[in-house]
Amino acid sequence: MSRAEKESCLSGIRVLDLAQGGTQICGKMFADLGADVIKVEPPGGDRSGRIAPFYKNMPDPQKSLFWFAYNTNKRGITLDIETADGREIFKRLAKTADFVIESFAPGYLDNLGLDYVALSELNPRIIVTSITPFGQTGPKAHYTGSDLTLWASSGGLYATGDPDRPPVWTSFPQAYIHAGVEACAGSMIAHWYRVQTGEGQHVDVSVEDTFVISTDEVHLLSYELLGHVYRRRGNRKGIGEGPGGRQLYQCKDGYIAFMLLVLVGTPNTGGMVQWMAEEGMAPDWLVNYDWVNHYDMSRITSEEVDRVEKVFADFFMTKTKAELLEQAIKRNIQLVPVSTPEDVYNAEQWRVRDYWVDVEHDELDDTLTYCGLFRRFSETPGEIRRRAPLIGEHNMEVYEGELGYSSEELSILKSSGAI
Amino acid sequence: MAGKSIEMGKVMPLEGIKVASLAWIGVGPMGIRYLAHWGATVVRMESHRRIDTMRQSRPFDKNIPQINRSPWFAQANGPVRSVSVDLKRPSGLDIAWRLIKWADVLAESFTPGTMAKLGLDYENVSKVKPDIVYLSTCQMGQTGPLAKFGGFGFHASAMAGITHLTGWPDREPTPHAVAFVDALASRYVGVGILSALEYRRRTGRGQHLDVSQCECGIQNIAPVIMDYITNGHSAIRSGNSYPYAAPHSVYPCKGDDRWCAITVFDDIQWEAFCNVIDQEWTGDPKFASLLSRKQNEVELDVHVSEWAMGYTAEEVEANLQAVGVPCHVVATVKDVYNDPQMRHRGFLRELKHSVMDEHTYYTHGFKMSKVEGDWRTGPLLGEHNEYVFKEILGMTDDEIAEALINGGITTDADLAVSMRES
Repeated sequence: MSRAEKESCLSGIRVLDLAQGGTQICGKMFADLGADVIKVEPPGGDRSGRIAPFYKNMPDPQKSLFWFAYNTNKRGITLDIETADGREIFKRLAKTADFVIESFAPGYLDNLGLDYVALSELNPRIIVTSITPFGQTGPKAHYTGSDLTLWASSGGLYATGDPDRPPVWTSFPQAYIHAGVEACAGSMIAHWYRVQTGEGQHVDVSVEDTFVISTDEVHLLSYELLGHVYRRRGNRKGIGEGPGGRQLYQCKDGYIAFMLLVLVGTPNTGGMVQWMAEEGMAPDWLVNYDWVNHYDMSRITSEEVDRVEKVFADFFMTKTKAELLEQAIKRNIQLVPVSTPEDVYNAEQWRVRDYWVDVEHDELDDTLTYCGLFRRFSETPGEIRRRAPLIGEHNMEVYEGELGYSSEELSILKSSGAI
Repeated sequence: MAGKSIEMGKVMPLEGIKVASLAWIGVGPMGIRYLAHWGATVVRMESHRRIDTMRQSRPFDKNIPQINRSPWFAQANGPVRSVSVDLKRPSGLDIAWRLIKWADVLAESFTPGTMAKLGLDYENVSKVKPDIVYLSTCQMGQTGPLAKFGGFGFHASAMAGITHLTGWPDREPTPHAVAFVDALASRYVGVGILSALEYRRRTGRGQHLDVSQCECGIQNIAPVIMDYITNGHSAIRSGNSYPYAAPHSVYPCKGDDRWCAITVFDDIQWEAFCNVIDQEWTGDPKFASLLSRKQNEVELDVHVSEWAMGYTAEEVEANLQAVGVPCHVVATVKDVYNDPQMRHRGFLRELKHSVMDEHTYYTHGFKMSKVEGDWRTGPLLGEHNEYVFKEILGMTDDEIAEALINGGITTDADLAVSMRES
């Protein structure tokens, strides 16, 4: 991995990362691709990023697993950009930077004189990527947002959940994380514009728009062309009034994802029926079932779907997730466990692929296991070179080592609260 | 605002970048969109003998089920040039090789092993074209016991641990109605290609990119997985609650299945919330602090629901947003379609197509201050055969005729009868 340390995809690129909460994943992607990402936190640390869950359940901002996970490979400094000294320091840093990533409310950086236009006067190559709930302008630009309300506004919430209960989200917030990843893509496109022209620009990311892409699939087009308004249907999937199909079933020790899809030429349904027959759990009528003609979602009755699905449901209840997955692989059946966090960590697939990475935490005197990088690149595999920074861990390195502030100046800046 | 004083540029970001793509269905083409909409020249190889399932998916333009009338396909592909070739015929494979030699990027999203069968695996391609950026994406990744698992989006969400976290703790999980991991993974595909191209620009070196869509999904819940590894805590879905806010849920409003989502994180928002709703119970000490609100959350939610039911979801949204409390109507797809913000940003656009009526398509989640995306929609199958074969590859009329005769180039005549244009 030494080559990766020397030269990676984004070596030589510097990012100032002011993004908060889930949007921090944007800077992590840059850092994992080899960029020098400097996390800029307010003095005392970023409250939105240093949240639960915590290492050994100790609620300490320096022990946030959320922070750890999304800040690997970054360096960290503290800086109060609301002070005059803080703004000057930020401007000096911006002269050395290729990207600024931020997630403040629209107008916040403008009021401090640190918006794209101001920074581009100091550094015409700079790209400023702003991630906000609804974007920089427009009728809802001033709205406040939270992950749940952005699930709501993007349409993903209404389509998820049991019909007899309120719409429901995914308990670990997703909207801002999706927007952070989208922001990385937009920033890289702006980078290629800079390669062509030498100029930076402002990239304006909307969490709402991003999450529409994530949760729409084909619902907007189905509404426009067919008038369909997708409603939540528990674990069934299907557009319109038809019975749809179950996407998951209970088994002995949890749930599995399996859908009776009649795809000619795939062993999905046939292979499953054959296995059930071998174990004496497929009645004759099912073994001889005419899937192509009888299991047509546009004509079939709910009663018939229930009758067929029940045989599968009964069979799955006699097996564990592991037993089902093992046979699914052997028989080429499209079935996987509905993985719990425990299942994810124990899955053979990720172990074989060396997905899990051990990272030393000198400050905890411990080694923690992390999710691996998002990609496998043959030439620049990358690695987790350093754990997430402690609060202000690299202040001296950056302020003294790179910007040349003296220790007297730094002690003034520190006592005044600028750093 | 900043954007107003910035002049628009004249070049497209990825002008000059050439992509040969065999990526099909969801994640691959959606990842290529990050290049196609921003100036790259993308040639997508398709075949009339093995049609992309998105071309065959509802809804269809004018309700005519034909391979060139799926707006979903048009949305997922964007301005790429389509050629129709059969890689199982020597002359079709020859065209693929010529395109690969022309390209900077080769992208594919087949089940691992498929490209090797065609002799188009990275090892072979890099011998001929050492600086190629070769993108492979599939559900589980190129290696491991599940490598060849070819599932749907709901399988990936389940395997990655996201489905388990969706729904109510006392009930079975409720999967998303969409392939949740697909759009997400496509972003990682886009970033992967764009950054590998940057490495190639500086060093002249290509490489093989293996993007496992499931691993992308796991990234998105990494802290939950670390909570298990580090603390032994295997989290479970918890409805709409969140540890740092109360109220934090979805509340019923006036009308048929109308709801609003309300989240109150701190004391400032709580005070603003109380002022707006003007209810006596808000003065009860058991709701005075975040900790006490969390401890009495069930009772709190009953009160908030009773209040919200007296108003439309739009009224609740307007009144709470006016005082800075995060709140939004739980939008149906109809609400999203009519959302003025998305139209203002040009995120939702009515776009033309070679044969279809204008339809409304989503674009990207970001806007650039100096350059606008090329928002043309996806191609007809084989629409750019002549341009690509002659202008890009320099094939002669005789070569093209021969490939047509021996089936290397496919045509409408190769379609199954049920799919032909009437």
